[in-house]
Amino acid sequence: MLQLPTMPDRGGPAQPLLIVQNLVKHFPLKGGLFGQGGKVQAVDGIDFEIRKGETLGIVGESGCGKSTASRLIMSLIEPTDGEIIFDGEKVGTAALPLKEYRRQVQMVFQDSYASLNPRLSIEESIAFGPMVHGLGRSRAIPRAHDLLTAVGLAPAQFAHRYPHELSGGQRQRVNIARALALRPRMLILDEPVSALDKSVEAQVLNMLLDLKAQFELTYLFISHDLNVVQHVADRVLVMYLGRVAEIGPVDSIFAAPQHPYTQALLASRPSMDPDRRRTEPPITGDPPNPVNPPSGCRFRTRCSLAEDICASATPPLGTTGPMHQAACHIVAPGSGHSMASREAA
Amino acid sequence: MSEDLLVRAKNLNVKFVSRDATVHAVNGVDFQLAQREVLCILGESGSGKSVTLRAIMGLNPRGKTVVEGELNVCGQDVVGASEAQMSQLRGRQVAMIFQEPMTALDPVFTIGRQIAETIVRHESISYKDALARALDLLELVQIPSAKRRLEAYPHELSGGLRQRAMIAIALSCKPKLLLADEPTTALDATVQIQILLLLRRLQQELGMGVIFVTHDLGVAGEIADRIAVMYAGRFVEEGPVRDVMRAPLHPYAQGLLGATVHAGLRGKRLTTIPGAPPDLRAIAPGCSFAPRCAMVEAACRADLPNLRSPEPGRSARCIHVNEAA
Ligand SMILES: Nc1ncnc2c1ncn2[C@@H]1O[C@H](COP(=O)(O)OP(=O)(O)OP(=O)(O)O)[C@@H](O)[C@H]1O
Ligand SMILES: Nc1ncnc2c1ncn2[C@@H]1O[C@H](COP(=O)(O)OP(=O)(O)OP(=O)(O)O)[C@@H](O)[C@H]1O
Ligand code: SF4
Ligand SMILES: [Mg+2]
Ligand SMILES: [Mg+2]
Repeated sequence: MLQLPTMPDRGGPAQPLLIVQNLVKHFPLKGGLFGQGGKVQAVDGIDFEIRKGETLGIVGESGCGKSTASRLIMSLIEPTDGEIIFDGEKVGTAALPLKEYRRQVQMVFQDSYASLNPRLSIEESIAFGPMVHGLGRSRAIPRAHDLLTAVGLAPAQFAHRYPHELSGGQRQRVNIARALALRPRMLILDEPVSALDKSVEAQVLNMLLDLKAQFELTYLFISHDLNVVQHVADRVLVMYLGRVAEIGPVDSIFAAPQHPYTQALLASRPSMDPDRRRTEPPITGDPPNPVNPPSGCRFRTRCSLAEDICASATPPLGTTGPMHQAACHIVAPGSGHSMASREAA
Repeated sequence: MSEDLLVRAKNLNVKFVSRDATVHAVNGVDFQLAQREVLCILGESGSGKSVTLRAIMGLNPRGKTVVEGELNVCGQDVVGASEAQMSQLRGRQVAMIFQEPMTALDPVFTIGRQIAETIVRHESISYKDALARALDLLELVQIPSAKRRLEAYPHELSGGLRQRAMIAIALSCKPKLLLADEPTTALDATVQIQILLLLRRLQQELGMGVIFVTHDLGVAGEIADRIAVMYAGRFVEEGPVRDVMRAPLHPYAQGLLGATVHAGLRGKRLTTIPGAPPDLRAIAPGCSFAPRCAMVEAACRADLPNLRSPEPGRSARCIHVNEAA
């Protein structure tokens, strides 16, 4: 009988678990003018890697493409362009068919209720995936109980309940248990605590850190809450309007952000100190519409440092420090921005 | 009642009665709001923040809502008020803004028309003059190209601009008291801080009293003079913003502060509050936080701890807090 073991580590520790190359997703606009031309540039050419065992945090404002990126990585939607390489193998090839890949990468969504089948009891929900993959019920149910214990829900109390009989925090624990049921190597967590109260958020964040160690997982953690990302992530990727603005180790991103957008995002956080309140908003206006993004640097319409070059040329993602990259003309030597150093790299 | 008070609540209770159950949403709340004062009500989902605000506006559903205790708003007794008296109060003295601006905006009319008609309804001025005032209001809330935006329909505006438009409508009656129910919760970080700073500036310039409901301690820290921490329909702690943020008295408020993720905790385990809030259909005697509290004693379960004030201006409902001698 199928045991559902963890998938072996094929590429070794130096091989990134996930490599995303030039990922693009444009949604055609229905009923656009003259039936064509209009499209939402939800994700527009992003590249990054996730190392084995690390947590990569993705932050950015509403509509910048975080969920679209995660759905592309899960191959829930077809990319317009780009490739995904998992542990050295291109996803969707003979070496790594989709079905096998999908077992190794699981996802947890923000809406804990919509992600659970209301007609299945909690234990059935968790056992469902393994049973589809051939595990017998007599083994899948005890496994479900073990996972409930791992996420801090006593099986005797919760196994037979239905989703509507649980609180939001309890439902999110069930979703996490269900994601772990197929013994994945990576979890994509899309705003997993955003709908939860602070006291419950803390419980779930602690639990995610414990599970990561216990099951040797790699996390892609999406959130709009910078404090949460700072708490859980090893490296942080900042997205703006479908593109990577900056990526780097969590400490250098928070201590020395290079991109004006990252700087504004960090400075927008409440101060947590009534004696040092914010006085001026770091930037004005709302993020622009991804149907018609600005030319050149997509942040230029809200950037106080923008110059002509920012409208005419797209800034490349360039290295600014150890493992740290930013896409801004100011940090690109020879870009022509008055604040950039003269000589080209 | 003192002339200066905008709101005075004494042993305020709000419950919702239906055939199957009675929900005890607000269970004995006491507070006062002075003119020009900003009080933040901080609490988790279901703690009774919105019901408290709606009680002040008389907006809880008539018929199923039972309000008891004393509640006086801008000199008007709200508990016994008629619908006509309440609508006077709402049009002239008190205004409210919400998390979701579309609940306050009508999708089929332009922003300019909605503001102008609100003004005409409450003041005897011409529509033309009201429209001019609408333009002033859009400028006041810093909507760029305000003149053009008068002609815009709500769906044509971004989330941040819609929020500003809703604030403009609320300010159109020149309220003395502004009630804000999580108006920045759904906004992006860079937009949230803009709206918060705008509200703070308007509050100061117009001299309004504000009750601001939030579940975010950081937001309260940016705008509050005083913070009230709400749990299971009660104010378990109240005090100046600095004191409550730095050294909360009530174990629940302490737990909330410890559970709030902030810099400096990286990699460490967060403090958590075990368990979940109580079922409001059956309020147990004693302190509602007792089942989750690490400092619980038999006395906590026996009787509801009274409000104790260890120093002037601060109070908490916990047996471990000592009344000032
Ligand atoms: N199926 C779809 N069809 C058309 N447009 C879409 C579709 N899914 C997403 N979009 C658009 O793509 C853009 C990116 O959306 P996405 O959900 O990825 O953003 P997000 O960063 O996850 O935002 P949020 O923080 O609000 O969850 C948005 O403008 C969104 O409206
Ligand atoms: N009209 C109503 N009928 C019955 N129960 C209600 C009604 N309105 C609110 N409640 C209940 O009263 C309690 C307090 O609700 P309230 O909306 O004040 O919470 P809140 O603190 O504003 O929470 P949130 O942060 O989720 O907005 C909840 O248990 C809620 O379900
Ligand atoms: S490239 Fe220009 S517009 Fe973009 S962030 Fe840098 S300075 Fe600002
Ligand atoms: Mg999303
Ligand atoms: Mg509410």
